Amino acid sequence: MTALLEVSELRAGYGAVRVLHGIDFSVDEGEVVVILGANGAGKTTTLRAISGMIEAGGRVVFDQRSIVGRRPEKIAAAGIAHVPQGRGTILDLTVEENLRIGAYLRRGPEIESDIDRWYSTFPRLKDRRAQHAGSMSGGEQQMIAIARALMARPKLVLLDEPSLGLAPLVTQELFRTLTDLNRADGISMLVVEQNAGLALNLAARGYVLEVGTIVTSGSAAELADNDDVRRAYLGI
Amino acid sequence: MSLFLTQLMNGIGSGAVYASLALALVLVFRTTGILNFAQGEMALYSTYLVWYFTQHDLPVWIAILLSMAISFVGGAAIERVLIRPVEQASPLVLVIVTIGMFLAINSIAQVQFGNDIKLLPRAYPNKTWLPGNVQISSDTLVLVGVLLAECLILYLLLNRTRIGLAFRAVASNPESSRLVGVPVGRMLMLGWAMAAAIGALAGALVVAPVGLQGASMQSILVYAFASAALGGFDSPLGAVVAGLIVGVAGTMTTQYLHAVHDIELVVPFGLILVVLLVRPSGLFGSTRVERV
Repeated sequence: MTALLEVSELRAGYGAVRVLHGIDFSVDEGEVVVILGANGAGKTTTLRAISGMIEAGGRVVFDQRSIVGRRPEKIAAAGIAHVPQGRGTILDLTVEENLRIGAYLRRGPEIESDIDRWYSTFPRLKDRRAQHAGSMSGGEQQMIAIARALMARPKLVLLDEPSLGLAPLVTQELFRTLTDLNRADGISMLVVEQNAGLALNLAARGYVLEVGTIVTSGSAAELADNDDVRRAYLGI
Repeated sequence: MSLFLTQLMNGIGSGAVYASLALALVLVFRTTGILNFAQGEMALYSTYLVWYFTQHDLPVWIAILLSMAISFVGGAAIERVLIRPVEQASPLVLVIVTIGMFLAINSIAQVQFGNDIKLLPRAYPNKTWLPGNVQISSDTLVLVGVLLAECLILYLLLNRTRIGLAFRAVASNPESSRLVGVPVGRMLMLGWAMAAAIGALAGALVVAPVGLQGASMQSILVYAFASAALGGFDSPLGAVVAGLIVGVAGTMTTQYLHAVHDIELVVPFGLILVVLLVRPSGLFGSTRVERV
């Protein structure tokens, strides 16, 4: 079986500052993969390099096509939905318009049924469908961002620190929903997180990123048992 | 009283022009975050095109529509060729670029068309009505009608179409829009294109009664800037309401304070000053409140 996303020798950075020094990882169809790492390790840069928001070198093969160096809108059209860090809420649009813009690349009546579908997953959004997204709480904005990404019917969702700035209970609920989405709908995800405990529960496999290099990888269970990972990311 | 109402009508008429041009400024500002000092000169050039087409025996309404179409394409081209390369530059650089465009377009227009006054044929008959002793001219009615039509079309386009949704999304958050596949660059071009077309229409209508020359649009641009500042640079509705307010304020000042020569020119600058001091986001602009 070939991987859905196959990344090798990925290099990226900002201007003269190199952040990623050639990293390799993969995500299989229907799999959730987590990349753990501290602040500044290059987690966000990794996702931005994949979705074309920054220039990158190396190889990124998605769905058997090379996507490295392509424009973000083309990569979105190929089936990658990126939920950016800080949620990327489109503040001046209503909740429903945020979902609708997620389906920008699609046409047809199924868009309406998809909106209803994500409303049933996130009932709070339905109650506030006509409200400006900017007035919603952090947890609700994260729901909007995820629902917007799913409106594209992506093959792969990139999630950049979904727990950032959320209360622990909200985070737990969110990760339960993400787990359901993966189990029930088979949606593949690449998640970068600092909250290793929750992320390793969600993911099947993981990688540990330190200053732009992958230092450890393995199944979620292996990583959860790894002493270095436990010390650095689980605080045990 | 009838004098007051007559001047109110006149003010609304000229206000409709300021509102149109302010609307153009707002469309550009909302998407690219640029105060386009060249908006008036772009409209000037478009109006010269209208004149040029009428010289070649096209009916004036056709000439206006043709000029609007060319301006639409030209506006998009200006965004792509002149603005895109400096998009990430500091606001100061962008101001210099649009002022450079102001000078360049003005000079090109005068070299190409000469600096004598051009008379545009009227697009509609010049009539005046006197209901209850209040003078209402066909100029006022047409300008207000055109403004209302512009607002309606813009409203429907922005709020009822897929492309309008994408346009508003880009204005609010270009990065997230790009991530869902919206071609951001094309939306920015659309903003400039619509602004240029609106400017073309406003220019053609405002110039027809008085004649066209190199400086025709300059004071109008100042009034439009005052309107956009008063209404809030990111609010189309604000631009329209404030444009009318500025128009009425201008005619009233001329009418009742005419002892001081050119006193009405104080109005736009005074308004800009007061708005900046009291409410920098304008009457309808959003002071961004966001929860994180």
